Amino acid sequence: MKNLLTIQDLRVYYYLREGAVRAVDGVSFFMKRGETVGLVGESGSGKSTLGLSILKLVSSPGKIVSGKILFNGNDIAGWNEKKMRLLRGSRISMVFQDPMTSLNPLMRIEEHLVETIRTHQKIPKAEAKKKASLLLNEVGIPPERGGDYPHQFSGGMRQRIGIALAIALNPDLLIADEFTSSLDVIVQFQILNLMKKLKASHQMGLIFISHDISLVSEIADRIALMYAGQIVEFAPADIFFSEPLHPYSEGLLNSVPNIELSDQKLNYIPGMPPDLVRPPDGCRFYPRCPYGEDICRRKEPPLVQIEKEHMVKCFRYDGKKSRT
Amino acid sequence: MASLRVYVIRRVLVAIPMIFILLGIVFFIMRVVGDPVSAILGGHAPQEQIERIKEQLGLNKPILFQFFDYLGQLLRGDLGRSLIWGQRPVISEIWDHFPATLELSICAFLVSILVGIFTGIIAATNFGRFFDHAFRLYGIITYGLFIPWIGIMLQLIFGVYLGVLPIGGRIGTLMEPETITGLYVLDSLLTLNMESFISAIRHLILPSLTLGIYLSGIYTRLTRTHLIEVLNKDFIKSAWARGLPKRTVIFKHALKNAFIPILTMMGLQFALLLVGAVLTEITFSWPGMGTLLFERITYRDFTTVQGIIVFFALIVITVSLLVDVIYAYIDPRIRY
Amino acid sequence: MKYSISRFIVSNIIKNIFPRKGTEYFVLVGFILVLLIILMAIFAPFIAPYDPIKKVGEILERPSGKFLLGTDGLGRDVLSRIIFGARTAVLVTFLAVSISLSFGVLLGLLSGYTGGKFDTVFSLVMDAMYSFPGLILAIVLAAMLGPGILNTAMAIAVIYTPTYFRMVRGLVLSLKESLFVEAARAIGAKDRTIVFKYIFPNVISSIPIVLSLNAADAVLTLAALSFLGLGLPAPTPDWGFDLRAGHAYLASRIWWPSTFPGLMIVILTLGFSLLGEGLNEILNPELRR
Repeated sequence: MKNLLTIQDLRVYYYLREGAVRAVDGVSFFMKRGETVGLVGESGSGKSTLGLSILKLVSSPGKIVSGKILFNGNDIAGWNEKKMRLLRGSRISMVFQDPMTSLNPLMRIEEHLVETIRTHQKIPKAEAKKKASLLLNEVGIPPERGGDYPHQFSGGMRQRIGIALAIALNPDLLIADEFTSSLDVIVQFQILNLMKKLKASHQMGLIFISHDISLVSEIADRIALMYAGQIVEFAPADIFFSEPLHPYSEGLLNSVPNIELSDQKLNYIPGMPPDLVRPPDGCRFYPRCPYGEDICRRKEPPLVQIEKEHMVKCFRYDGKKSRT
Repeated sequence: MASLRVYVIRRVLVAIPMIFILLGIVFFIMRVVGDPVSAILGGHAPQEQIERIKEQLGLNKPILFQFFDYLGQLLRGDLGRSLIWGQRPVISEIWDHFPATLELSICAFLVSILVGIFTGIIAATNFGRFFDHAFRLYGIITYGLFIPWIGIMLQLIFGVYLGVLPIGGRIGTLMEPETITGLYVLDSLLTLNMESFISAIRHLILPSLTLGIYLSGIYTRLTRTHLIEVLNKDFIKSAWARGLPKRTVIFKHALKNAFIPILTMMGLQFALLLVGAVLTEITFSWPGMGTLLFERITYRDFTTVQGIIVFFALIVITVSLLVDVIYAYIDPRIRY
Repeated sequence: MKYSISRFIVSNIIKNIFPRKGTEYFVLVGFILVLLIILMAIFAPFIAPYDPIKKVGEILERPSGKFLLGTDGLGRDVLSRIIFGARTAVLVTFLAVSISLSFGVLLGLLSGYTGGKFDTVFSLVMDAMYSFPGLILAIVLAAMLGPGILNTAMAIAVIYTPTYFRMVRGLVLSLKESLFVEAARAIGAKDRTIVFKYIFPNVISSIPIVLSLNAADAVLTLAALSFLGLGLPAPTPDWGFDLRAGHAYLASRIWWPSTFPGLMIVILTLGFSLLGEGLNEILNPELRR
């Protein structure tokens, strides 16, 4: 099967007075049609920037410096604004973190939907309206509330509206940036289930950006773990959770509380992520790595392929699954 | 829309005490801060003349009676009679001069809004780059300009040296159109009097530019600040992500939201528009309220001056009421 | 240790003299403009080539080597008049701003701290004054009070008193409930002590910005009053009044008696507003964009 999205050596820098912040620094991964990639990392690891750069919406002073973004086989990194605009919202769409601020407070929610539909499809207003109420129904909002304004809805309902807006044109790829993290746990669970259902019925690819690895485990087919602007491990989800290879993956999974192993000691990873203006020469995780060796300090480790779809950025693996 | 009606009624009720306080302040200034008799007669006048003026203005009654007389008169819409020129009722003096001020203010307001919002959009969409800095400076400089000086410079360039525009007055001699609204531009159009229309427009250009440029800087700054703020909001990012065209994102989503605080400021800036109109009128011999005020102060026409001030106070309150209602109409959140 | 501190101070001063950001240039330019005009006012008799109120040449002479900016309708030197005019502008502005500052701050502290009916009435009156077109208020007051330096300054001060009042009252209300005032009250401090020792210093830090912006406005209001002949009595050199007098000769292409006094008004206002704007961005960094 052909890849829906392939990213190759993507670099996105923010040019500040202090220097270039390398928010995304040489990232590569891929996903197939209908799959879910969980893009995981702590805040500041560059995962949100990566999400925005797939839509080429990184705002100034940020810039895509180099790399390829192959979407359905086309390298959209070189596309102009006009071509990108037709892609946004119709083939690739996005759900934002904070549902309280991601809807225009002066517009009825139905107008949001109609506007989006009619931007990409030349259909009469009445037809777009009919489509809008079907969409609202699909995400669990009573269609007769279409005439209400955003402030009349709760956070969870607004996020449902946000999802309706994102799936309005049956996109191939949906990017969801921390889209449940501002909701309380029960609503979070409902919205996640809704997303699973819609993903299956619309056959969408999903990039689920989150810092919450246990939430990601609920939905992801593949995991891409980011640290300091780079993907340190990219693996099928089941393999990642059963046999994490990178020391950071290991540390991260050990820091998640597990009810089944209640007497297990809860670990955390000491130290802080590095400065992205002047990142260290060697491995970026070296200062916090329990297995650090001399070479890690001097040279940047390559992204080595362990199996066909499993890659890790660490000197400890030399094309084999065994530790050297 | 019922909630909107409730809101409007509540807002009107709030305005009532404000009216009384403002009327009280005007009364206080005119009777207590200064002595109206010496303001009229200039200090050294014979005793009998002083008595006559006091009698005429009701100044020999106790101060509280005077205040209630004054309020009673105002409630009947009576602003008293002028002390000069056949003692015309002040209210008719005002109605004769108000259309000129209105015409100038509307044009200047349009100039300031168009220039201000246009430059503000350019500054905000070029955030941190050359045009941003240039228009920020424009905002600060225009606010520091002295209206009569801008007027005089424009008169010098376009009136005296280039000779393309008149430097004073409201319309050419004996070209006044038949009065319908009192606004010359409108009246000459309604009576299809093209000659008057052109003359009226030509006379309007320099005064409107003077006042418009002075006020535009405020709107440049306001538009810039609020647009930058709105453009960074999530719903704008979301609009971009849905593939909406730039035009729609900037004008329909961003500008409309940025416009709410701008509108609130417009209400506050209205007082500035009036002040600016007074100075512009005097610079361009524009026969409006400002010129009337200036002239009657020079003639020591106490009742007319008081009437004009009361009239200004009422306009200010009405406009702030109007702005709040429009605000509630645009922003659905305010009505609840 | 001592060495490093002094070096730190010196390097900071150098950094501030040669600013890197646009807003810091605003403060610098504004400060220089205001300073130059204040110096001009102080040393007017030494700088001005002629007596500003004496006829020293023919009437309406063009700018020349003898009269750098020409002469006015009464044969007086325009340059000398604008130099001495700086005295009027600086003095009246200073008086007006000081009067409004002291009254506004005092009444605001009093009203905000006392609360109750007194506060309600006072705030309503101040709000009404604030919403009224300032210049029109000043025009009427100036006309009722008559000409003169103090009268003009008072007429202008009335416009700005509500600004300080509102600002100070708002701050007092928010500070009144704050912990450290509660604590002071708990250890038995008197009301007066609380106001002057605890509240006042907190309020004062936000004043310089408003002060310079109001000064800019006051220069314009003074110019407007004198332009209308309601400022100082003739023949005191006064930019607004001279602008008005020069206006009469405009149609005869005599531009110098009006252009230069007007330019001075604009320069001084610009100086104060640049200073205020710049200070605002530096002292309130959260507003910086």
